[in-house]
Amino acid sequence: MLHWFNQKFLSPKLFYTTTTRLLPWVGGAFAVCFFYGLITGLFIAPADYQQGDGFRIMYVHVPSAFVAMAIYMTMACSAFVTLVWRVKMAAICMSCSASIGAWFTFLALVTGSIWGKPMWGAWWVWDARLTSVLILFFLYIGFIALQSVITDPQSRDRAGALLAIVGVINLPIIHYSVIWWNTLHQGPTISKFASPSIAPDMLYPLMAMILAFFLFYFWILMLRMRNQIVLREIKSQWVSEVMQHG
Amino acid sequence: MNRKQKTRLFAVISIFIILSLAAGLVLYALKQNINLFYTPSELIKAEITPEQNIRIGGYVKKQSVQYDPSGKQVSFIVTDHTNDISVNFEGVLPNLFREGQVVVVTGKLNPQRAVVANQVLAKHDEKYMPRQLAKDLQEGKRQAS
Repeated sequence: MLHWFNQKFLSPKLFYTTTTRLLPWVGGAFAVCFFYGLITGLFIAPADYQQGDGFRIMYVHVPSAFVAMAIYMTMACSAFVTLVWRVKMAAICMSCSASIGAWFTFLALVTGSIWGKPMWGAWWVWDARLTSVLILFFLYIGFIALQSVITDPQSRDRAGALLAIVGVINLPIIHYSVIWWNTLHQGPTISKFASPSIAPDMLYPLMAMILAFFLFYFWILMLRMRNQIVLREIKSQWVSEVMQHG
Repeated sequence: MNRKQKTRLFAVISIFIILSLAAGLVLYALKQNINLFYTPSELIKAEITPEQNIRIGGYVKKQSVQYDPSGKQVSFIVTDHTNDISVNFEGVLPNLFREGQVVVVTGKLNPQRAVVANQVLAKHDEKYMPRQLAKDLQEGKRQAS
Protein backbone atom coordinates (compact mmCIF):
# COMPACT_ATOMS: atom_id res chain seq x y z
CA MET A 1 0.00 0.00 0.00
CA LEU A 2 2.67 2.48 1.05
CA HIS A 3 4.78 1.29 -1.83
CA TRP A 4 1.93 1.91 -4.26
CA PHE A 5 1.38 5.42 -2.84
CA ASN A 6 5.08 6.12 -3.17
CA GLN A 7 5.06 5.07 -6.79
CA LYS A 8 1.93 6.91 -7.88
CA PHE A 9 2.00 10.18 -5.97
CA LEU A 10 5.48 10.69 -4.68
CA SER A 11 7.31 10.08 -7.91
CA PRO A 12 8.47 13.42 -9.35
CA LYS A 13 7.53 12.39 -12.88
CA LEU A 14 3.95 11.46 -12.01
CA PHE A 15 3.55 14.57 -9.91
CA TYR A 16 4.67 16.61 -12.89
CA THR A 17 2.29 15.01 -15.39
CA THR A 18 -0.66 15.04 -12.94
CA THR A 19 -0.22 18.70 -12.08
CA THR A 20 0.01 19.63 -15.77
CA ARG A 21 -3.63 18.62 -16.03
CA LEU A 22 -4.59 19.95 -12.59
CA LEU A 23 -3.05 23.44 -12.81
CA PRO A 24 -5.64 25.21 -15.03
CA TRP A 25 -8.50 23.86 -12.89
CA VAL A 26 -6.98 25.05 -9.63
CA GLY A 27 -6.11 28.42 -11.16
CA GLY A 28 -9.63 28.78 -12.57
CA ALA A 29 -11.28 27.80 -9.28
CA PHE A 30 -9.08 30.33 -7.50
CA ALA A 31 -10.14 33.10 -9.90
CA VAL A 32 -13.84 32.28 -9.45
CA CYS A 33 -13.68 32.18 -5.63
CA PHE A 34 -11.47 35.24 -5.44
CA PHE A 35 -13.65 37.49 -7.57
CA TYR A 36 -16.84 36.22 -5.98
CA GLY A 37 -15.40 36.85 -2.51
CA LEU A 38 -13.94 40.22 -3.43
CA ILE A 39 -17.10 41.60 -5.04
CA THR A 40 -19.55 40.27 -2.44
CA GLY A 41 -17.21 41.17 0.40
CA LEU A 42 -16.43 44.70 -0.70
CA PHE A 43 -19.72 45.78 -2.26
CA ILE A 44 -22.60 43.51 -1.28
CA ALA A 45 -22.00 42.52 2.34
CA PRO A 46 -23.65 44.99 4.74
CA ALA A 47 -21.55 47.38 6.83
CA ASP A 48 -20.80 46.31 10.39
CA TYR A 49 -22.88 47.80 13.22
CA GLN A 50 -19.79 49.03 15.06
CA GLN A 51 -16.96 49.30 12.58
CA GLY A 52 -18.93 50.45 9.53
CA ASP A 53 -17.18 49.76 6.23
CA GLY A 54 -13.81 49.46 7.97
CA PHE A 55 -14.47 45.85 8.85
CA ARG A 56 -14.11 44.87 5.16
CA ILE A 57 -10.35 44.62 5.52
CA MET A 58 -11.23 41.38 7.31
CA TYR A 59 -11.77 39.79 3.88
CA VAL A 60 -8.02 39.97 3.30
CA HIS A 61 -6.73 39.86 6.86
CA VAL A 62 -8.51 36.73 8.11
CA PRO A 63 -7.82 34.53 5.04
CA SER A 64 -4.13 35.51 4.97
CA ALA A 65 -3.66 34.76 8.66
CA PHE A 66 -5.58 31.49 8.32
CA VAL A 67 -3.64 30.31 5.29
CA ALA A 68 -0.32 31.49 6.77
CA MET A 69 -0.90 29.10 9.68
CA ALA A 70 -2.18 26.28 7.45
CA ILE A 71 0.94 26.55 5.28
CA TYR A 72 3.14 26.24 8.35
CA MET A 73 1.20 23.13 9.35
CA THR A 74 1.78 21.71 5.84
CA MET A 75 5.47 22.49 6.18
CA ALA A 76 5.68 20.80 9.56
CA CYS A 77 3.94 17.65 8.26
CA SER A 78 6.24 17.54 5.24
CA ALA A 79 9.17 18.08 7.58
CA PHE A 80 8.09 15.09 9.66
CA VAL A 81 7.86 12.88 6.58
CA THR A 82 11.22 14.21 5.38
CA LEU A 83 12.94 13.43 8.66
CA VAL A 84 11.50 9.97 9.22
CA TRP A 85 10.97 8.52 5.74
CA ARG A 86 13.35 10.71 3.68
CA VAL A 87 10.77 11.30 0.96
CA LYS A 88 12.17 13.68 -1.63
CA MET A 89 8.80 15.13 -2.62
CA ALA A 90 8.01 16.03 0.99
CA ALA A 91 11.24 18.00 1.24
CA ILE A 92 10.41 19.81 -2.00
CA CYS A 93 6.90 20.61 -0.74
CA MET A 94 8.38 21.98 2.49
CA SER A 95 10.94 24.24 0.82
CA CYS A 96 8.49 25.53 -1.77
CA SER A 97 5.86 26.39 0.85
CA ALA A 98 8.11 28.60 2.97
CA SER A 99 8.15 31.82 0.98
CA ILE A 100 4.43 31.61 0.17
CA GLY A 101 3.73 31.29 3.89
CA ALA A 102 6.08 34.16 4.69
CA TRP A 103 4.24 36.44 2.26
CA PHE A 104 0.83 35.52 3.68
CA THR A 105 2.09 36.17 7.22
CA PHE A 106 3.46 39.52 6.08
CA LEU A 107 0.10 40.35 4.50
CA ALA A 108 -1.73 39.39 7.69
CA LEU A 109 0.58 41.60 9.78
CA VAL A 110 0.28 44.59 7.44
CA THR A 111 -3.50 44.41 7.01
CA GLY A 112 -3.87 43.86 10.75
CA SER A 113 -1.84 46.96 11.40
CA ILE A 114 -3.92 49.02 8.95
CA TRP A 115 -7.06 47.70 10.61
CA GLY A 116 -5.74 48.35 14.11
CA LYS A 117 -4.96 52.02 13.69
CA PRO A 118 -8.51 53.30 13.10
CA MET A 119 -10.32 50.73 15.28
CA TRP A 120 -8.04 50.21 18.27
CA GLY A 121 -6.08 53.42 18.01
CA ALA A 122 -2.65 51.84 17.52
CA TRP A 123 -0.69 50.36 14.63
CA TRP A 124 0.93 47.79 16.89
CA VAL A 125 0.73 46.56 20.48
CA TRP A 126 2.83 43.80 21.99
CA ASP A 127 -0.07 41.57 22.87
CA ALA A 128 0.17 37.79 22.71
CA ARG A 129 -1.61 37.35 19.36
CA LEU A 130 0.34 39.98 17.46
CA THR A 131 3.66 38.90 18.94
CA SER A 132 3.12 35.20 18.23
CA VAL A 133 2.21 35.94 14.60
CA LEU A 134 5.37 38.06 14.33
CA ILE A 135 7.29 35.03 15.62
CA LEU A 136 5.63 32.93 12.89
CA PHE A 137 6.94 35.44 10.36
CA PHE A 138 10.46 35.17 11.83
CA LEU A 139 10.21 31.36 11.71
CA TYR A 140 9.46 31.52 8.00
CA ILE A 141 12.30 33.98 7.41
CA GLY A 142 14.64 31.84 9.52
CA PHE A 143 13.69 28.73 7.56
CA ILE A 144 14.35 30.46 4.24
CA ALA A 145 17.66 31.86 5.48
CA LEU A 146 18.76 28.50 6.88
CA GLN A 147 17.96 26.67 3.66
CA SER A 148 19.68 29.26 1.52
CA VAL A 149 23.04 29.00 3.31
CA ILE A 150 23.35 25.20 3.18
CA THR A 151 24.59 23.94 -0.17
CA ASP A 152 24.38 20.18 0.30
CA PRO A 153 20.77 19.24 -0.63
CA GLN A 154 20.46 16.45 1.95
CA SER A 155 21.62 18.46 4.95
CA ARG A 156 19.60 21.42 3.69
CA ASP A 157 16.43 19.32 3.78
CA ARG A 158 17.17 17.89 7.22
CA ALA A 159 18.17 21.17 8.88
CA GLY A 160 15.10 22.89 7.45
CA ALA A 161 12.83 20.04 8.52
CA LEU A 162 14.11 20.19 12.09
CA LEU A 163 13.49 23.94 12.27
CA ALA A 164 10.01 23.54 10.80
CA ILE A 165 9.09 20.88 13.37
CA VAL A 166 10.40 22.91 16.31
CA GLY A 167 8.43 25.95 15.14
CA VAL A 168 5.11 24.14 14.95
CA ILE A 169 4.73 24.66 18.72
CA ASN A 170 3.96 28.27 17.83
CA LEU A 171 0.73 27.34 16.01
CA PRO A 172 -1.38 26.36 19.04
CA ILE A 173 0.10 29.36 20.85
CA ILE A 174 -1.15 31.67 18.07
CA HIS A 175 -4.58 30.09 18.09
CA TYR A 176 -5.09 30.08 21.86
CA SER A 177 -3.24 33.35 22.57
CA VAL A 178 -6.50 35.29 22.63
CA ILE A 179 -8.04 32.78 25.06
CA TRP A 180 -5.15 32.11 27.43
CA TRP A 181 -4.08 35.71 27.92
CA ASN A 182 -5.55 39.21 28.06
CA THR A 183 -5.05 40.65 24.60
CA LEU A 184 -6.20 43.63 22.58
CA HIS A 185 -6.95 41.32 19.66
CA GLN A 186 -10.46 39.89 19.84
CA GLY A 187 -11.28 36.19 20.21
CA PRO A 188 -11.96 33.77 17.33
CA THR A 189 -15.03 34.45 15.18
CA ILE A 190 -15.19 31.35 12.98
CA SER A 191 -12.44 28.93 14.04
CA LYS A 192 -14.23 27.58 17.09
CA PHE A 193 -16.72 24.85 17.87
CA ALA A 194 -19.64 27.17 18.58
CA SER A 195 -21.51 28.67 15.64
CA PRO A 196 -19.70 31.63 14.04
CA SER A 197 -20.37 35.04 15.60
CA ILE A 198 -20.84 36.72 12.25
CA ALA A 199 -23.97 37.37 10.19
CA PRO A 200 -24.40 34.95 7.22
CA ASP A 201 -24.28 37.79 4.63
CA MET A 202 -20.84 38.66 5.93
CA LEU A 203 -19.69 35.07 6.44
CA TYR A 204 -20.14 33.73 2.89
CA PRO A 205 -17.71 36.19 1.26
CA LEU A 206 -15.22 35.38 4.02
CA MET A 207 -15.52 31.65 3.35
CA ALA A 208 -15.07 32.27 -0.39
CA MET A 209 -11.95 34.32 0.30
CA ILE A 210 -10.47 31.67 2.60
CA LEU A 211 -11.08 29.04 -0.08
CA ALA A 212 -9.61 31.35 -2.72
CA PHE A 213 -6.45 31.90 -0.67
CA PHE A 214 -6.06 28.14 -0.17
CA LEU A 215 -6.47 27.52 -3.91
CA PHE A 216 -3.93 30.24 -4.59
CA TYR A 217 -1.50 28.51 -2.27
CA PHE A 218 -2.02 25.13 -3.97
CA TRP A 219 -1.64 26.74 -7.38
CA ILE A 220 1.60 28.56 -6.57
CA LEU A 221 2.91 25.55 -4.63
CA MET A 222 2.38 23.28 -7.64
CA LEU A 223 4.10 25.72 -9.97
CA ARG A 224 7.06 26.07 -7.61
CA MET A 225 7.32 22.34 -6.98
CA ARG A 226 7.31 21.65 -10.71
CA ASN A 227 10.21 24.04 -11.13
CA GLN A 228 12.11 22.35 -8.32
CA ILE A 229 11.45 18.90 -9.77
CA VAL A 230 12.75 19.91 -13.17
CA LEU A 231 15.81 21.52 -11.58
CA ARG A 232 16.59 18.48 -9.46
CA GLU A 233 16.00 15.94 -12.24
CA ILE A 234 17.35 17.97 -15.13
CA LYS A 235 19.54 15.09 -16.31
CA SER A 236 16.82 12.45 -16.39
CA GLN A 237 15.20 11.07 -19.51
CA TRP A 238 11.62 12.14 -18.79
CA VAL A 239 12.55 15.78 -18.18
CA SER A 240 14.18 16.12 -21.58
CA GLU A 241 11.15 14.44 -23.16
CA VAL A 242 8.78 16.85 -21.38
CA MET A 243 10.94 19.80 -22.37
CA GLN A 244 10.84 18.75 -26.02
CA HIS A 245 7.14 17.97 -26.29
CA GLY A 246 5.89 20.68 -23.94
CA MET B 1 8.86 0.53 8.43
CA ASN B 2 12.41 -0.57 8.83
CA ARG B 3 14.51 -0.22 11.91
CA LYS B 4 16.23 3.02 10.92
CA GLN B 5 12.91 4.69 10.25
CA LYS B 6 11.58 3.55 13.62
CA THR B 7 14.58 5.05 15.39
CA ARG B 8 14.12 8.34 13.55
CA LEU B 9 10.38 8.38 14.27
CA PHE B 10 11.11 7.87 17.96
CA ALA B 11 13.79 10.59 17.94
CA VAL B 12 11.58 13.16 16.21
CA ILE B 13 8.62 12.48 18.48
CA SER B 14 10.72 12.71 21.64
CA ILE B 15 12.33 15.97 20.52
CA PHE B 16 8.89 17.34 19.87
CA ILE B 17 7.46 16.26 23.23
CA ILE B 18 10.41 17.69 25.17
CA LEU B 19 10.21 20.99 23.30
CA SER B 20 6.47 21.35 23.83
CA LEU B 21 6.93 20.69 27.55
CA ALA B 22 9.67 23.33 27.68
CA ALA B 23 7.55 25.84 25.77
CA GLY B 24 4.56 25.12 28.02
CA LEU B 25 6.60 25.66 31.18
CA VAL B 26 8.13 28.90 29.90
CA LEU B 27 4.72 30.29 28.93
CA TYR B 28 3.25 29.23 32.27
CA ALA B 29 6.08 30.94 34.14
CA LEU B 30 5.66 34.12 32.11
CA LYS B 31 1.87 34.10 32.34
CA GLN B 32 1.53 37.47 34.04
CA ASN B 33 4.06 39.13 31.72
CA ILE B 34 2.31 37.95 28.58
CA ASN B 35 -1.02 39.41 29.66
CA LEU B 36 -1.35 42.76 27.96
CA PHE B 37 -3.22 44.42 30.81
CA TYR B 38 -4.46 44.13 34.38
CA THR B 39 -8.16 43.87 35.03
CA PRO B 40 -9.38 46.26 37.77
CA SER B 41 -9.58 43.34 40.23
CA GLU B 42 -6.00 42.29 39.48
CA LEU B 43 -4.84 45.88 39.81
CA ILE B 44 -6.19 46.13 43.35
CA LYS B 45 -4.10 43.11 44.38
CA ALA B 46 -0.98 44.13 42.46
CA GLU B 47 1.73 46.26 44.04
CA ILE B 48 2.36 49.19 41.76
CA THR B 49 4.61 52.17 42.35
CA PRO B 50 3.54 55.63 41.09
CA GLU B 51 6.35 55.74 38.51
CA GLN B 52 5.36 52.44 36.95
CA ASN B 53 3.64 52.48 33.57
CA ILE B 54 0.71 50.08 33.63
CA ARG B 55 -2.05 48.94 31.34
CA ILE B 56 -5.51 48.20 32.57
CA GLY B 57 -8.37 46.76 30.58
CA GLY B 58 -12.10 46.46 31.11
CA TYR B 59 -15.50 47.77 30.14
CA VAL B 60 -16.23 51.47 30.11
CA LYS B 61 -18.91 51.75 32.80
CA LYS B 62 -22.28 52.98 31.56
CA GLN B 63 -22.98 56.66 32.33
CA SER B 64 -19.49 57.20 33.69
CA VAL B 65 -17.96 59.18 30.83
CA GLN B 66 -17.56 62.85 31.74
CA TYR B 67 -16.03 65.51 29.54
CA ASP B 68 -14.28 68.48 31.09
CA PRO B 69 -15.88 71.85 30.11
CA SER B 70 -12.78 72.69 28.06
CA GLY B 71 -13.39 69.53 26.03
CA LYS B 72 -9.82 68.27 26.36
CA GLN B 73 -10.06 66.21 29.49
CA VAL B 74 -12.22 63.13 29.73
CA SER B 75 -12.75 60.87 32.69
CA PHE B 76 -14.49 57.53 32.89
CA ILE B 77 -14.64 54.38 34.98
CA VAL B 78 -13.21 51.05 33.82
CA THR B 79 -14.93 48.05 35.33
CA ASP B 80 -14.79 44.27 35.21
CA HIS B 81 -18.24 44.14 36.88
CA THR B 82 -16.56 43.38 40.23
CA ASN B 83 -14.21 46.28 40.79
CA ASP B 84 -13.97 49.75 39.30
CA ILE B 85 -11.11 52.08 38.61
CA SER B 86 -11.37 55.64 37.38
CA VAL B 87 -9.34 56.97 34.48
CA ASN B 88 -8.41 60.53 33.49
CA PHE B 89 -7.30 61.12 29.95
CA GLU B 90 -6.29 64.09 27.86
CA GLY B 91 -6.16 63.42 24.15
CA VAL B 92 -7.99 61.89 21.22
CA LEU B 93 -10.17 58.86 21.90
CA PRO B 94 -10.37 56.08 19.28
CA ASN B 95 -13.49 55.79 17.11
CA LEU B 96 -14.77 52.69 18.84
CA PHE B 97 -14.61 54.26 22.30
CA ARG B 98 -18.08 54.17 23.81
CA GLU B 99 -19.81 53.13 26.98
CA GLY B 100 -20.01 49.37 27.42
CA GLN B 101 -17.03 48.83 25.10
CA VAL B 102 -13.78 47.24 26.26
CA VAL B 103 -10.80 49.60 26.42
CA VAL B 104 -7.12 49.13 27.21
CA VAL B 105 -5.64 52.14 29.00
CA THR B 106 -1.92 52.87 29.44
CA GLY B 107 -0.88 55.24 32.21
CA LYS B 108 0.30 55.75 35.77
CA LEU B 109 -1.50 55.52 39.09
CA ASN B 110 -2.00 58.79 40.96
CA PRO B 111 -2.23 59.03 44.78
CA GLN B 112 -6.02 58.61 44.61
CA ARG B 113 -5.46 55.23 42.87
CA ALA B 114 -6.92 56.57 39.65
CA VAL B 115 -5.14 56.05 36.34
CA VAL B 116 -3.73 59.09 34.57
CA ALA B 117 -3.76 57.77 31.03
CA ASN B 118 -1.48 58.66 28.16
CA GLN B 119 -3.10 56.24 25.71
CA VAL B 120 -6.58 54.77 25.37
CA LEU B 121 -7.11 51.85 22.97
CA ALA B 122 -10.50 50.39 22.09
CA LYS B 123 -10.97 46.67 21.85
CA HIS B 124 -13.70 45.33 19.60
CA ASP B 125 -15.35 41.97 20.04
CA GLU B 126 -15.45 39.04 17.63
CA LYS B 127 -19.07 39.65 16.60
CA TYR B 128 -19.89 41.10 13.21
CA MET B 129 -23.42 41.97 12.13
CA PRO B 130 -25.27 44.46 9.94
CA ARG B 131 -26.62 47.63 11.58
CA GLN B 132 -30.23 46.61 11.01
CA LEU B 133 -29.75 43.27 12.76
CA ALA B 134 -28.02 44.96 15.70
CA LYS B 135 -30.91 47.42 15.97
CA ASP B 136 -33.51 44.65 15.80
CA LEU B 137 -31.71 42.64 18.46
CA GLN B 138 -31.55 45.64 20.74
CA GLU B 139 -35.24 46.40 20.30
CA GLY B 140 -36.08 42.75 20.89
CA LYS B 141 -37.60 42.24 17.43
CA ARG B 142 -35.32 39.29 16.80
CA GLN B 143 -33.63 36.70 18.96
CA ALA B 144 -29.89 36.15 18.77
CA SER B 145 -29.20 32.83 17.09
